[in-house]
Amino acid sequence: MSTTMLYSLTGLALFVYGFYGLLASSHLLRKILALNVMSTGVFLILVATSYRQAAAAVDPVPQAMVLTGIVVGVSTTALALTLACKVQENSNFKNRMAGKNTQSERFSGG
Amino acid sequence: MSTASGWIIVPIVVPLAAGIFTFISGRWAFAAALTAAGVNFVSVGILLRQLFLSGPCDYWIGGWQAPLGIRLWLDGPAALMLAMTAITGACITLYGRGYFSFRVAYPTRASRHERQQRYFETLWLLLWGAINGLFLSADIFNIYVTLELVAVAAAALTALSGRPASQIAALRYLMISLLGSLSYLLGLVFIYRTYGVLDLQLIRGLVAGVPAVKAALALMSVGLLLKSALFPMHFWLPPAHANALAPVSAILSGLVVKTSLYLLFRFWFEIFTPVVSVKAVTLLGILGTGAIIWGGLQAVRHIRLKMLIAYSTVSQIGYLFLAFPLAGLDGSTPVWSMVIFMALSHSCAKAAMFMAAGAIFLHVGHDRIPELAGVRTYLPVASLAFAIAGVNIVGLPPSGGFIAKWLLLSAALRSGAWWWGIIVMAGSFLAAAYIYRVIRQLLVIPENQQLAVRQPHSALLEWPALFLAVTALVLGLMAPLPLALLDSGNRVLAACANMPGGLP
Repeated sequence: MSTTMLYSLTGLALFVYGFYGLLASSHLLRKILALNVMSTGVFLILVATSYRQAAAAVDPVPQAMVLTGIVVGVSTTALALTLACKVQENSNFKNRMAGKNTQSERFSGG
Repeated sequence: MSTASGWIIVPIVVPLAAGIFTFISGRWAFAAALTAAGVNFVSVGILLRQLFLSGPCDYWIGGWQAPLGIRLWLDGPAALMLAMTAITGACITLYGRGYFSFRVAYPTRASRHERQQRYFETLWLLLWGAINGLFLSADIFNIYVTLELVAVAAAALTALSGRPASQIAALRYLMISLLGSLSYLLGLVFIYRTYGVLDLQLIRGLVAGVPAVKAALALMSVGLLLKSALFPMHFWLPPAHANALAPVSAILSGLVVKTSLYLLFRFWFEIFTPVVSVKAVTLLGILGTGAIIWGGLQAVRHIRLKMLIAYSTVSQIGYLFLAFPLAGLDGSTPVWSMVIFMALSHSCAKAAMFMAAGAIFLHVGHDRIPELAGVRTYLPVASLAFAIAGVNIVGLPPSGGFIAKWLLLSAALRSGAWWWGIIVMAGSFLAAAYIYRVIRQLLVIPENQQLAVRQPHSALLEWPALFLAVTALVLGLMAPLPLALLDSGNRVLAACANMPGGLP
């Protein structure tokens, strides 16, 4: 088995593992991390793809794609984390209010 | 094969630039948004004219040529989707102004609404630029980037209302979108490993039925299906669309859903056609059937108006997928006409419905259908807009929805697959049932019942909805125009395909 193949299969395994994590875990943070593991898997395959036979130079296109992908991943993760924080805050608030039993449905437009 | 046109970058660059500007300058935000909408409208008009005169055109960004360069490509379907976005988008921009002005004037929490308005304009313009970019991209990696841009902006817009329900829906929507994008990206990697190119036309010239490409198409399609919310992967759509603010719902249902569907159709029927099998298109048709029936039944059942409209979207997405088995893989029938017509009329009609529902919500304070009787007396224009849009969704003549269903039906009968025709009819009956539920409440004026309605009206809250609804209606009368446009694109394309060297 060639090195490229080894890296690619590892990447594929990470992708599948991340997907399993996304489905299996209920905690929001874990789900976001699972998505990150999946994207890392794809990036690993891309990096492995850029290797060309021994003497030739490395193919720069997949590396450019990985760089773009990392930038995209950072921003989407940031947004997902922000939303997860908001959701968590709301559920904390709700739990506190449920303790006092005074929570009423509030109209705030639609 | 075609003339390079600098106008092609305007619909991408102008909304993005205006989006950034609105973020910096709060005061001129609406003026900037309106200018961007106007410029976009004009540039799309010019592009349509060029398409009529000289056929599809492309543009190499920065002058870099294939295989390294990134290409933008305008053909018939892309131009019509751009036109759809330009019209619906301009109306949504105006409506957004009316909507947020109303909320600022009659606040539940004052400072929040002003902030929401500002973020709405920024995010909406960024989303608009991303959608236009997606329609014009001719490069699978560039498409991935635009998909992510659309996902991020759409999820942020969904969360804009700040209510817990919409935040949970937005997070779920974002995760589903990211999962879809990653699946698409993995498919893209398979293609790059096999062929070493990213440009759609280059791939089209190389594609053969090898396992790697089949796997790639499967992965990309699953990703795009998740994003376009085909039954049974629709579960995230109704909460996200129903809990968002009304202008956002109009954007999500009218425009965002169409993007991944457009890509799916382009991939299956233009680029990867040798890999697509009859079984696969039949499967999509069956899932589409499930969507039509399930979405329709849920829409009939729901009490809340926005939930009803959201499930109606699920059902109408089913129609778009019904076009897959009917389009024919042999290229004998003009495959795009059904999908484009359905997309155009649904986009205008559904945006109009959400706008009308938003106006009703603002004035009445809720959207529970049984308690909406008599709204017509307070909001005549919005009620009329909803009714006309409803005509479109049901598919009565002379609306664009009627033409779309007519094309589906005639394709079903022509190919002898009459059972798809039955499903088209059944879906229409369901649509008639749920639309009637609403219209009956809107148009009836009960005796001695007073609705608590917040006055006064804002013209921007009602007229954009009516304009869109009428556009969708008139689309049926102007049917030859888009069809000719699609045809002119195809003719030039066919001429190119017959050339000795194939497509350049």
